[in-house]
Amino acid sequence: MSQGQSGAEQRLVTPGMAVGPSTGKRAGSGVVAANDTFIATQLGWLRERNSTVSVDPINAAYMPRSGDLVIGMVAEVRNNLWFMDINGSFQGLLPMSLAPWKVEFGGARQHMDVGDVVLARVQEVDECHNVVLTMKGVGLRRLNQGAVERLPVQHIDRIRGENNERLQRLRDACDCRIMVGENGRVWIDGSPEGIRWARKAVHALASSGHRTDIDELLTTLENELKGDA
Amino acid sequence: MMGGYGDVQLLRDDGLRLDGRKIDEMRPVSIEAGVLPAADGSAMVTHGLNVAVAAVYGPMEAHPRKIQRQDRAVIDVRYNMAPFSTSDRIRPGFNRRSREISKVTAEALESVVLVERYPRSKIRVEIEILAAEAGTRCVGITAAAVALADAGIPMRDLIVGVASGKVEDTVVLDLDKAEDNYGQADLPVGILPNTGEIAFLQMDGDLSPDEFNLAMEYNFKAAKEIHEIMVDALRRRYEGGEV
Repeated sequence: MSQGQSGAEQRLVTPGMAVGPSTGKRAGSGVVAANDTFIATQLGWLRERNSTVSVDPINAAYMPRSGDLVIGMVAEVRNNLWFMDINGSFQGLLPMSLAPWKVEFGGARQHMDVGDVVLARVQEVDECHNVVLTMKGVGLRRLNQGAVERLPVQHIDRIRGENNERLQRLRDACDCRIMVGENGRVWIDGSPEGIRWARKAVHALASSGHRTDIDELLTTLENELKGDA
Repeated sequence: MMGGYGDVQLLRDDGLRLDGRKIDEMRPVSIEAGVLPAADGSAMVTHGLNVAVAAVYGPMEAHPRKIQRQDRAVIDVRYNMAPFSTSDRIRPGFNRRSREISKVTAEALESVVLVERYPRSKIRVEIEILAAEAGTRCVGITAAAVALADAGIPMRDLIVGVASGKVEDTVVLDLDKAEDNYGQADLPVGILPNTGEIAFLQMDGDLSPDEFNLAMEYNFKAAKEIHEIMVDALRRRYEGGEV
């Protein structure tokens, strides 16, 4: 069987399944406590770490948190702000005061128009899911070239690897600049061949993010690239 | 409609039903999760001759704004029978029956999904009945539950739709078309198998308290069986082979 992630106990749980006694442990995400028992609320892999029981979901929507680095797409422009599609349930709002340029009232469209892609950071999220973005910060900018790919949100940490190890392998293999947003979007920029390979690699990793043999898959892809060259 | 068809024999002389099932035997059920690549979550349920496909999209911003709830998500269910799902063509579009079933299904799902996690959002559940043979609302609920789990929506339990009824003064599990049309009662229920709670219950026709209890006993037994098939479908999708 090829399922599961690396780590000790890997058990697929479904909503409503009792996953063990709750005494002395804390409920993490995807788990609720009821009558001294933990009940899974999401479909995913059960994980226990530092006496916190949680579920790594198999499928998840992006839930913005403040500080997240996201790749957004301009969905709407007003006189003094932009609405960004950040791949979440709600659009993010980028006011002109948090843009990196000096923007005149009514001149927002001259800096960014619908369809433009930006690297931004989540400034603030309130309990009603209102998301405010900022582009003031090191490296935050409009992305004028390259390609944007999608990645399942729940696989991002796996594809990055420990200390961005896997991501660095990807970057080294194709000699591209690759940026992974927390919102499940990947920006790739480099030579056309590099981009082509990186997109293929991201696709392959996206569909195999939950598997243990992810490193072998990456090696196969790297060898393919070397073979082509 | 109930009980007025004395000449229709629904139980055979050997005590079995017209299709050869025992009175507490379910029609065969098979479930497949993740059948629609474009949806966030999906499932196809085959229950006897019923075929239902459910797709889940979201959570997304609720539109129009007037349906938004500041403290929770709303579940927007659209139950629809395909025009070709029965021998009489069904006129496409909403009708009184599909509106009612969409409403009760949404209410059943709202009690299971942790809606308070997604304020101002909407979770869209589309249930399409491709083939109908009686009990489609239950099959639709089961399909919706698997699709919701597949979409990663947090829920308290996987809700299972099952039905029992009464034919020829005998309580039977899981009515087929003839039993549904000519029987005396129908009791569709939405059951949370892990907690034993009931999220949805309707009754058409009359049952005595004893008959009701027996019908519920059958329903709970069937819910456990279907629940295992649902869990198995989700396992198969993610555990084995290429995903």
